[in-house]
Amino acid sequence: MSDFTVLEWISAVFIVLGIGFMLIGSIGVIRLPDFYSRTHAASKTDTLGILLVIVGLMILEGFTINMGKLAFVLIFVALANPIGSHALARAAMESGLKPLLFRKEEWDGTSVIADSKKPSIGKSKQSPSGGSA
Amino acid sequence: MQTFLLVAATVLMVVIVIPLVRVWKGPTVFDRLLGANAMATKTIVLIAMIGYFYDRIGMFIDITLAYAALGFISSLALAKYMTVEARPEEARPEEAQTEEKDE
Repeated sequence: MSDFTVLEWISAVFIVLGIGFMLIGSIGVIRLPDFYSRTHAASKTDTLGILLVIVGLMILEGFTINMGKLAFVLIFVALANPIGSHALARAAMESGLKPLLFRKEEWDGTSVIADSKKPSIGKSKQSPSGGSA
Repeated sequence: MQTFLLVAATVLMVVIVIPLVRVWKGPTVFDRLLGANAMATKTIVLIAMIGYFYDRIGMFIDITLAYAALGFISSLALAKYMTVEARPEEARPEEAQTEEKDE
């Protein structure tokens, strides 16, 4: 580890940051209680993590033709990943899946909570179990 | 640098496996699709890193581009398909009734 050049150190920092973001996103996909909040966790952290790791690989590569190819991958991921997540959330919304607007005990994740006369987000109790996750 | 990339790719493989839990026990179809999509997008980076082990980066980046395009198209197609498929039968009339009541 000590015989890194400066560019390799910068690349290593980018790769570690990107993998850290992807790890946070993966934990969020498991932990969060609702489909839409899981989409929120998966989409943005994945996009940023992939962009950071690919920028790190580009720095490691230097000015070659492969850096241009990696730039194409970067542009494609930056465009396609939010579009895919948005299409998924839109499909769920059009299929009738309602978002979890307040925390409710023993919510199974599929049924529509229709009797929410008081969607008090601030007053609702925080359940330690973390919803259905 | 090879050792660092090997450790990074190993950690990345563990990170990729984590959303499989959501695919396994997702309450709805869309949770499973979300987990599969998250795994597919992270695999792009893993393939690009594998190219550095074999010193054939150009070929593996082409594979990465093809895999990214395939994952994106399949994600869009499955999202459109599940929109038609998983629509509950009672949801549409209820929404129509509530809209009529509101009006």
